[in-house]
Amino acid sequence: MISLTSPVRTRAHSWPAGAKLGALAVAGIALFVFDTLPAQLAAFAGMLGLYALPGRLFLRTGMERLWVLWPFVAIIGLFHLVTQTWFEGLLILLRLVTAVGLANLVTMTTPLDDMIAVIRWLATPLRRFGLNTRALELSIALVIRILPTLIDNGQRLIQSWRARSRRRPGWQIVMPFTLLALDDAEHMADALRARGGLVDKKGDFDGT
Amino acid sequence: MERNVVLIALFAALIAALGLLPKFTLASGIPITAQSMGIMLCGTVLGARRGALAVVLFLVLVAAGLPLLAGGRGGLGVFTTPWAGFLFGFPVAAFVGGLVMEKWKSGNTTIVAGVAAIVGGIGALYLVAVPYYMVMKPAGLSEALITAMAPFMPGDLIKAVITGAITGALYKARPASVLSRA
Repeated sequence: MISLTSPVRTRAHSWPAGAKLGALAVAGIALFVFDTLPAQLAAFAGMLGLYALPGRLFLRTGMERLWVLWPFVAIIGLFHLVTQTWFEGLLILLRLVTAVGLANLVTMTTPLDDMIAVIRWLATPLRRFGLNTRALELSIALVIRILPTLIDNGQRLIQSWRARSRRRPGWQIVMPFTLLALDDAEHMADALRARGGLVDKKGDFDGT
Repeated sequence: MERNVVLIALFAALIAALGLLPKFTLASGIPITAQSMGIMLCGTVLGARRGALAVVLFLVLVAAGLPLLAGGRGGLGVFTTPWAGFLFGFPVAAFVGGLVMEKWKSGNTTIVAGVAAIVGGIGALYLVAVPYYMVMKPAGLSEALITAMAPFMPGDLIKAVITGAITGALYKARPASVLSRA
């Protein structure tokens, strides 16, 4: 499964995921507290510097990830140009891009397994409220397993639509798409039950 | 229990898959992604609690770094923009939509699901997303309505109607699988 982690291994990959997330939270608060142009410019430059540190390939991949922000930057920029509040707009845009950039850095340098370990740790206190964390972990694995099958189903439906119609495939596909998925789900539930199921005395994930 | 977990996981995957499928082009020529339709379907098909859990599961995987949002976006960055209120509003949208389905059992499923999708997927969603945008950008109400609500409104209305039609058809085909009505 594709993920958004970096193509090159950096030193930050081996740092604990919890520490990186904590630092990100602190940086996010700081960006809101220090609301002056020099501070925002410094943070923006620092963020770009962090991307440049691991080398050119990392920088390029990172910038490609940030590029998806452009429609948002355009909407905010346009609004502030029209209302002639460009200075305020500049501050807001700098903060927006820096915040997304820093968060994306954590995503790029943290393997999926580490991130899921953090989620598991965060979910532990919820056991007291009756959350079955085993079911949570299983459902994460299930989503990652089911998704390629669903996309496959979707593409086959689109192909068969194209074989029959000259019009582009439309929303009509979503109905058989969901129906196929529901049928698969029933089979999968049977298979899970046949293999011992999710018995857990502490309570159920779905709260029943 | 197993069935609920599988259905929750399945709908989380369904939201992702609907975002990854090529964009649909409406008769008017506006391209829309079906992702927010996935959120509406979670509520109208799974009901309030399970629907919201499916959406939370989807968001957990996005935060963990999977590129599951429409256009292949994902990771922690998407939760830091002023538009992130939409993401935080998604589970609320599914919950409210599911609640409408569960409370209003008597009506025609297609119509009830359409109303549920509008109340949850538009009403509840924007009640979370617009104030979030106002606080996080920060912005005034009229600016928030112009830049955070207006661009998405027409597509969302169409998706709510389609959600109603799909839920109604699913209920006809597999009544037992539409948990919000079971």
